[in-house]
Amino acid sequence: MEEKLKKLLSDPERKMNAAEINYLASAFRENMFTVLHERQTGHWGGASSAAEIITSLYFNRLNIDPKNPNWEDRDRFILSKGHASINLYTVLAARGYFPLEDTHQFRTLGAYLQGHPAMLKVPGVDMSSGALGHGLSIGVGIQLAARLSGKKYWTYVLTGEGCLNEGSTWEAIMYAAKEKVKGLVLMIDYNKVQLDGTEADIMPLDPLAEKIKAFGWHLCPNKYDGNKAEDVLDSFKWMDSDDIWPKAVIYDTIKGKDVSFSEGKNTWHGCAIDDEHYELGIKELKAITAKREALV
Amino acid sequence: MSMQMREAFGRHLAELGKTHPEIVVLDADVSASTKSAIFGKAFPDRFFNVGVAEGNLAGIAAGLATAGYRPVINSFAIFLELKSIDQIRHDMCYNNLPVIIAGAYGGFSDSFDGASHQAVEDISIFRAIPNMEVIVPSDAHQAELALEYALTRNNPVYIRLNRNAMPDIDTDTDAFFKAKAVKCVEGKDVTIAATGITASMACDAAKLLEAEGISAEVFSCPFVKPIDSTSIFESAKKTGALVTVEEAVLNGGFSGALAEEAFRAGFACKVKTIGLDNCFGETGPYVPLLAKYGLSAENIASEAMKLLGK
Repeated sequence: MEEKLKKLLSDPERKMNAAEINYLASAFRENMFTVLHERQTGHWGGASSAAEIITSLYFNRLNIDPKNPNWEDRDRFILSKGHASINLYTVLAARGYFPLEDTHQFRTLGAYLQGHPAMLKVPGVDMSSGALGHGLSIGVGIQLAARLSGKKYWTYVLTGEGCLNEGSTWEAIMYAAKEKVKGLVLMIDYNKVQLDGTEADIMPLDPLAEKIKAFGWHLCPNKYDGNKAEDVLDSFKWMDSDDIWPKAVIYDTIKGKDVSFSEGKNTWHGCAIDDEHYELGIKELKAITAKREALV
Repeated sequence: MSMQMREAFGRHLAELGKTHPEIVVLDADVSASTKSAIFGKAFPDRFFNVGVAEGNLAGIAAGLATAGYRPVINSFAIFLELKSIDQIRHDMCYNNLPVIIAGAYGGFSDSFDGASHQAVEDISIFRAIPNMEVIVPSDAHQAELALEYALTRNNPVYIRLNRNAMPDIDTDTDAFFKAKAVKCVEGKDVTIAATGITASMACDAAKLLEAEGISAEVFSCPFVKPIDSTSIFESAKKTGALVTVEEAVLNGGFSGALAEEAFRAGFACKVKTIGLDNCFGETGPYVPLLAKYGLSAENIASEAMKLLGK
């Protein structure tokens, strides 16, 4: 691990700035790509697209205590697109929930790092996921609990297109609007590519923003590049700017981000990474990490 | 005649709400039918009507459960077994969350609405899922006990409720809270193990058999999972013959659970299973509908006699 990265991770409680998060996310991508290559299983495309969003949450935003993962006042994060598990595990490890070395046991028999997030096995996972379209309902439930108990925590639910293909997500969207559920934030990792093809080919969601607004949600009006920490941090400012609920933010992202041959390709949704592509890809990732490191 | 199970359950839920601030109740636009509206009226802040959206119903409940609440979700059993099952399996059972799933209108009890509303696979489906317990009360009192029992558990519990006013049976409360089969009638010639509302039919069947000189031992078996096979097999060992009765498909349900245990234990005796043999129900008045599909005291008695070669 680079000295600068070690130094940053030695004080994970500090709210990182955009340059630092960009650097961390890039370094985390290297770890994800390497683990997925080692294991020959897992989902690179959707994990990579969410890197800056998840890193920003855990290193700038969430009120959490890795020493006490079940702290009842903590903010919650639900990775509704559970196939991006290697991203979440890498970030949780870097944040101090478990050793980063453990990420290399991902998807091995007997390991606690299950193929998809499992809350009873992995410290820091607030809700198991994997079957798409479940996260938002759970987020509604957790925030209704906060309403009843008077607690101040928030729940952030990250979905991709897949979750928005599922009818259950729209059930939750309708109900959250009816209840004006406070503290509930829907974050959409909008990379526009699904498993079988592009979103346009498989299940067009556009005009997504208009749909979410029409369903009664407080949608962030800004266009954000979800692969830039500057934009993600700005979206956090927007979340704090008023008390209108529930809130949603759409982040434009790129599936398979930062590995040129995987960017925007549905074929890299969940395929095994062979040696040849690993060598090419990790070289590109390292080059980007070095550039981002120079800006820290 | 007993109170309707759903009415008893709904009232008891509202009663327990006074002393259990952690109970929250959710319904999917059928609270007037499930009677969860009684709780909703008493505790409007702890009652959530999510509309006709059973998947969301179960997911929200799982979220509430992770934050320390005790959700009770209510809908027709048929919709919970089929529309909520994704969230029940992934969000509740995989995470072993203490949610109570109250399936109203179980079995044929929504008789006039026909097969679309008749939950006959719920027992089989729910008992297949790890961590889930399955209770099929025999009367209104058992429905109340099932709720109290479920509140002591730290795992998901499915309780199948009946729509209609059906006869009462006597229940040994201690046995119930130990998840045991409840012995209703002592006998020596044949054992009848019945789950749900069929237990009162089995008790009546015992009277019919008595007139024929046959002494039947009858159990009400509210617990399908865990299944108290020990009590049933001990009795069947004594009598040498076992009749099982359930208002459900025979595949993987109550008799299925007993068969699995018997297979593992190497236990065998003469057996007749009464239930739905690979078929759906139909529209009609409840008790005649049950009888048409073999669920009556007369048929149970008749099958018991056939089993005994009489």
